[in-house]
Amino acid sequence: MTLFKVCIAIAAACALSACGEPRDHKNEARLGIALEPPNLDPTAGAAAAIDEVVYANVFEGLTRIGPNGEVLPALAASWDISPDRLIYTFHLHEGVRFHDGTTFDALDVKFSLDRARAPTSTNAQKALFEPIANVDAADPTTVRITLSQPRSDFLFNMGLGDAVIVAPESAASNASKPMGTGPFQFSRWLKGTQIELVRNDGYWGTRAKLDKVVFLMIPDPSAAYAALLAGDVDSFPNFPAVELLPQVKDDRRFTIAVGTTEGETILAINNAKPPFNDIRVRRAISHAINRNDLINGVGEGYGTPIGSHFAPHNKAYIDLTGRYPYDPAKARALLAEAGHANDIQATLRLPPVLYARRGGEIIAQQLKAVGINAKIENIEWAQWLDQVFTRGDFDLTIVSHTEPNDIGIYARDDYYFHYAKPEFKALMTALAAAPTEDDRTRILQDAQRMLSDDAVNAFLFQLPKIGVWNARLHGQWVNSPVQANDMTAAYWTKN
Amino acid sequence: MVTYLLQRLLSLGLTLVVATAVIFVVLNVVPGDPASYMMGLNADPQALAQLRQEMGLNDPAWQRYFVWLGNLATGDLGLSYTYRVPVTELIGERLGVSLPLTLMATALSLIIAIPLGVMAAARRGKITDAAIVGATQLGIAIPNFWFALLLVFVFATTLRWFSAGGFPGWDEGPSALQALILPAIALALPQAAILTRITRSSLLETLSEDFIRTARAKGLSEAQTLRRHALRNAMIPVLTILGLQFTFLLAGAIIVENVFYLPGLGRLVLQAITQRDLIVVQGVVVVLVAVAVAVTFLVEIAYMLADPRVRTQRQ
Amino acid sequence: MTAQTLSPNLIIGLVLTNVIAAAAVLSLIWTPYDPTTIVVEQRLLAPSLEHWFGTDHFGRDVFSMVLQGARNSIAVALIAVGVGIFFGVPLGLWAAARQGHLADEIISRANDLVFAFPALLLAILITAIAGASATNAILAIGLFNIPVFARLTRGSALSLWSRDYVLAARVAGKGTIAISRDHILPNIANLLIVQGTIQFALGILAEAALSYVGLGTQPPDPSWGRMLAESQTFVALAPWLAIFPGAAIVITVLGLNLLGDGLRDLLDPKMRADR
Repeated sequence: MTLFKVCIAIAAACALSACGEPRDHKNEARLGIALEPPNLDPTAGAAAAIDEVVYANVFEGLTRIGPNGEVLPALAASWDISPDRLIYTFHLHEGVRFHDGTTFDALDVKFSLDRARAPTSTNAQKALFEPIANVDAADPTTVRITLSQPRSDFLFNMGLGDAVIVAPESAASNASKPMGTGPFQFSRWLKGTQIELVRNDGYWGTRAKLDKVVFLMIPDPSAAYAALLAGDVDSFPNFPAVELLPQVKDDRRFTIAVGTTEGETILAINNAKPPFNDIRVRRAISHAINRNDLINGVGEGYGTPIGSHFAPHNKAYIDLTGRYPYDPAKARALLAEAGHANDIQATLRLPPVLYARRGGEIIAQQLKAVGINAKIENIEWAQWLDQVFTRGDFDLTIVSHTEPNDIGIYARDDYYFHYAKPEFKALMTALAAAPTEDDRTRILQDAQRMLSDDAVNAFLFQLPKIGVWNARLHGQWVNSPVQANDMTAAYWTKN
Repeated sequence: MVTYLLQRLLSLGLTLVVATAVIFVVLNVVPGDPASYMMGLNADPQALAQLRQEMGLNDPAWQRYFVWLGNLATGDLGLSYTYRVPVTELIGERLGVSLPLTLMATALSLIIAIPLGVMAAARRGKITDAAIVGATQLGIAIPNFWFALLLVFVFATTLRWFSAGGFPGWDEGPSALQALILPAIALALPQAAILTRITRSSLLETLSEDFIRTARAKGLSEAQTLRRHALRNAMIPVLTILGLQFTFLLAGAIIVENVFYLPGLGRLVLQAITQRDLIVVQGVVVVLVAVAVAVTFLVEIAYMLADPRVRTQRQ
Repeated sequence: MTAQTLSPNLIIGLVLTNVIAAAAVLSLIWTPYDPTTIVVEQRLLAPSLEHWFGTDHFGRDVFSMVLQGARNSIAVALIAVGVGIFFGVPLGLWAAARQGHLADEIISRANDLVFAFPALLLAILITAIAGASATNAILAIGLFNIPVFARLTRGSALSLWSRDYVLAARVAGKGTIAISRDHILPNIANLLIVQGTIQFALGILAEAALSYVGLGTQPPDPSWGRMLAESQTFVALAPWLAIFPGAAIVITVLGLNLLGDGLRDLLDPKMRADR
């Protein structure tokens, strides 16, 4: 009774203070993201969540990756490549300043790249800088980079978040106060809730249209949905509650943009551990999986089936999904042939992401149907990284590899699924030195076929990027060639 | 009595020190590494090792414990591995949300519980009493996260009277307060149910004591007796429970904070556990244990002041 | 039993707990569907004659899941209370027998220590170390039940130690253990049963909370708490997913609490709530 009165009183107070009114948007965009970045420096101790906030918005590199994965000029207006493909000469923009007012020039480029490849570097993708033999600041607007061997993906790599240019004056404090050259500058960070960026009016290029971008950390899918409906958030570049899309679809306030990502979702198999070192067992697993049911059950039918470790939107992609059609009988036959009819006991370790947790339940059941008893173990990321990824201690796991062009991980020794076949390593060495685009494509296609033939992992589907945002907010990326929320071109319209 | 208090103080202090050791040992057997959590799937092993070095993770555990304990004595809880800012600063920021939330929930539960408890006691055996007691049974049985979900569904998603969650920061004034209303209600309901029961039974107990009978004999009306004599005496157990609940709420709001994605202490520690930012976990747990110990001590003192029997029995 | 002892609390409590217990037992031999079978085509069906409580996002039958969830919830909570009694009661008896001695002091301080720790947080930490599983949920909940029973036992045993019949037994040369076993324990059994019922209810809530954050019973075994967690995003689409498991928790806890109150009235008239 009294409780009811209290509710009424609060509701009345609320109505008086007009909290039911829609929030005045001014000229800002509020984006919902799932993970809070641990810090804001993409070049040191980096996590993917950092790029989602600062890439292209706050920090820029020599090149940048465009909305569809293309390499575009950024701080370097143009570049020349020597005929032997070892010397890259970058011509930098003039009049560029960092947000704290210090000028940007060739020395900053040299500093940033040398810092990233130094022995004391904590750059998470240090390998990107390995081919660099020397960085030479020829004059304030010219940088000459010499490579030790030709790298066909060098310009792409220089456009990644790990290769952005920082200033020696502010490099140490970028973690909490990022100081870049981008069209937005860091304003404040309310830990656990939101990070705010404001427009950099002194930007050297085309100025951003929005005054302000706010990133809100909302890890919970239902909270995300509620926040969207309540108008607290203008955009979820990666909407976490796929199952609610039918609800959103009917609501004309919102736009749904389904695009692609670089996330190959795989059922990773420990290739070193019996019985999974037997190719027949691995092939049986591939035959046992019904990708359609999986994609329907995990992501409401969003997601493209894949047959190897390669993104379908890439021009070197070949469709290998027909290699192992869903065929439980064939799977059982292969297992029997390998001498493992109904006797495989395995653990399926699942990290705390929806596609793994939901996909895991479905796959466990599909495997059970062919006589593989996969016991589910739900673990945290920290445990997953420790047990599965670092120590390679697992049977089966589900994970999405979201780094762009990462087929090369199959050539790594001691990588957690323990493949590293010499023939495959040879392919990757040839790829790095591929002289023409056609050679690159051919080698990449051979690599895809080899992985599929060997059934290294069960390749499931390409993770979709499902963006949901206010229909009046335009200019956001539909696809996700790199993990970023580039808001530099975003703007509001009246209706 | 002073000696006894000093003894208790000493043993509680000892409890605190043992607690730091327990928590440190527990945290050091947790598998996982903050550095590899930060750097992710494709991390370069060399860079990873360098980061671990920078974080001071390569020192032996006992050395880290004593450094941490030494700093603790000076009020320094160390530097967060992931955020790279002092842990005290992080805890301070989060207390700015958790403390007001806990206070609101406690106040709300009192506002609901005291009148209901008094009403039930005054009409004991009647239908009102039965209804109130029944309602409290229900209140205790409802899991607060489920209640929180229902609140969001009704008041935020459907009616849109409140935002579904989040916290705009205290700079925003009224809307910051508003963001805490639904979470406070979700937290307050089960507490109110418990407090109502305590108030009721404690009042009934007091009402049966001699001095109340005397008051009645003097010709005071039922309501007067309740107000003038019984209520005040019945408040002691209520306040005790309230004190215990306060610490419980401070840490126990984890799930409710999650539903409303509030940047409170619970969320901080949950996130720190997933990121293996163990120095933050240590800090938060020690602070919470210290608060719990302090509250226990205060409750004991209050008991002693209020009830002479406890005093004499102990001596 | 007289009519007076059969309070409404006891009757309602018995009925509710029996319903849930029956559901748990029934799930051992029969559920309408296999609660773990995934039929993606039949997802999110509203309650109907075929599926009384509807189906979930994997097309599993919610009624079957709630039935089997009862078994899992009860098992975890019951064993956790058992752990609390098994360790807590002997500790409490020992402390009472050695009142004022070192053992008493250590046990009491250890109790303080466990009480001072934020319970849910420590449970989360325990599962972070040992991994999420029903067993670890039992251990985490059980750990916090130990001091509850130790304190209760010590407190009530202390007053018994000064009773005449205990003194007589002591004079007769009976040992501490024998006295605790023959004279103290039988006299506090009622109290323990009442407290056990209440802790059982709290255990159900704790299991639900742990499962809700993903730390309790693991899939594919259904659990009410996890069903609620999974229902969250579907609430707007399929409210039955949140309503039935939630109601099951409420009914169980309500039933146990009422049963506890009723038992207290019955077994220990001095402590009657409505005195």
